[in-house]
Amino acid sequence: MKAGSRLERVLAAGQFAVTSELGPPQNADPEPIRKKAALYQGKVDGVNITDNQTAVVRLSSIASAAIALPCGVEPIIQMVCRDRNRIALQSDLLGAAALGIRNVLLLSGDHQKFGNHPSAKGVFDLDSVQLIAMVKGMRDERKFLCGDPIKDHEPRFFIGAVENPFADPFEFRVARLAKKVEAGADFIQTQCVFDLPRFEAWMKLVVREGLHRRVSILAGLTPVRSPKALHYMKNEVAGMSIPDELIRRMEAAKDPKEEGVAICVELIRKVRQIEGVAGIHLMPIGWESIAPTILERAGLLPRPEV
Amino acid sequence: MIVADRKPLDEILASIRDRRKILVMACGGCVTVCLSGGSKAAEVLASQIRMARDKEGRPIEITLATPERQCEPEYLAALKAEVESAETVLSTACGVGVQAMAEHYPERIVVPALNTKFMGYPVQHGLWEERCAGCGDCVLEWTGGLCPVARCAKKLLNGPCGGSSGGKCETSTPENPVDCVWQLIYDRLKRLNRLETLGRIRPPKDWRTATETGQRKIRFEEVML
Repeated sequence: MKAGSRLERVLAAGQFAVTSELGPPQNADPEPIRKKAALYQGKVDGVNITDNQTAVVRLSSIASAAIALPCGVEPIIQMVCRDRNRIALQSDLLGAAALGIRNVLLLSGDHQKFGNHPSAKGVFDLDSVQLIAMVKGMRDERKFLCGDPIKDHEPRFFIGAVENPFADPFEFRVARLAKKVEAGADFIQTQCVFDLPRFEAWMKLVVREGLHRRVSILAGLTPVRSPKALHYMKNEVAGMSIPDELIRRMEAAKDPKEEGVAICVELIRKVRQIEGVAGIHLMPIGWESIAPTILERAGLLPRPEV
Repeated sequence: MIVADRKPLDEILASIRDRRKILVMACGGCVTVCLSGGSKAAEVLASQIRMARDKEGRPIEITLATPERQCEPEYLAALKAEVESAETVLSTACGVGVQAMAEHYPERIVVPALNTKFMGYPVQHGLWEERCAGCGDCVLEWTGGLCPVARCAKKLLNGPCGGSSGGKCETSTPENPVDCVWQLIYDRLKRLNRLETLGRIRPPKDWRTATETGQRKIRFEEVML
């Protein structure tokens, strides 16, 4: 075991993994974190805690994880390259490990122009591939990025990364995934899958390269409550692919919430059939309360004992 | 070349608010080519200042000078008389030129009329784009001659982020379209049959060669006196 987290054990046991997501509040109140964590308790194998998502200031990911941990969920702290240099990132990794956090998800981060402090200086000292290699080096070689040894108590994380099969250039997306695997990613969460054919095409390339045997791929899924949400993602979020057919289906629905759940459950069943998919990552952005229903209907509950 | 953009007139007027006699110092170098600080631009600026001050009932005396380049001491020395007869020098050079003036004439107040933007290239008449960030450790050999340090919004060295879409950067807008430089790098290396270079993991950059140690210097011992 690299870190011994529940997510790692589930995947090592060959079980279909389920992770979800929790967005910290824009104030110093720990209660919303506890409430959302309680929703997920016993229902998922890990919960991503976002790191100032879309560059909007929120309660820190690591602090949120420390609050969520006693509520019976295993946090996956997200860490972006936007706000911290290599010194701060390593310091925070030590702190997170000391607090009992066992999973990380490492990504570049949305550009600061999208957030509530667009005049901020973006750090981007490291990129996501370099960050993955650094976290692996701290764990496996017990070394800081500079090469100095970490004298025992090295931070041991199960290392997650992301990939967006819907971004461009399409052919390079698999090559970039290979770089993340080479750098040390243990699991991958993908951007939300709505465009199933494109996701299938990408997974074919992943399997052809044998990457699914070296890294566990969790397909990202987002339940939507209205056609408006789909329109927003299609038009405003870079690197998203939303089929028009799906928008029409949501527009025609009498009960859009129910339709959104049904679509999500269908997509879970479909991605589960795709070779190389090791689990799902459910991102019910702002609709965390629906997660247990979706997981129940998709036949993913109860979670296996590992 | 260095590309600069003129400051708003109000900001320039505020910086010379109490002055009655100024020297507008143009530059015959880069800022002439990018149309922001050459002798013509300086003349236009001088007449705008005169008109604004006349309107306020506080006329201002303006002289003009255009050295070949404001960033070289030899050209600045020749302007001693003009500089000393003015209360303030309003420089339409880049930031290097403004500082060269201030260094050469320590008794004179020197204020900038431009915002110096970047080292860039004219992609079409009247449109310049940033090309080099002067990071001090050139990567163009393996990026197909396209710089991710200057042209990627996240300075990524290992390929495009998940926001690259249809050849555009996630920061791109219809009003200000920005190409994803990693898409351009990918396309160019593919054409050159050199895609394998992108498969290699590039280690973290040593930012000491960039701006991180404060003022950077280059020594050329052979010509030092």
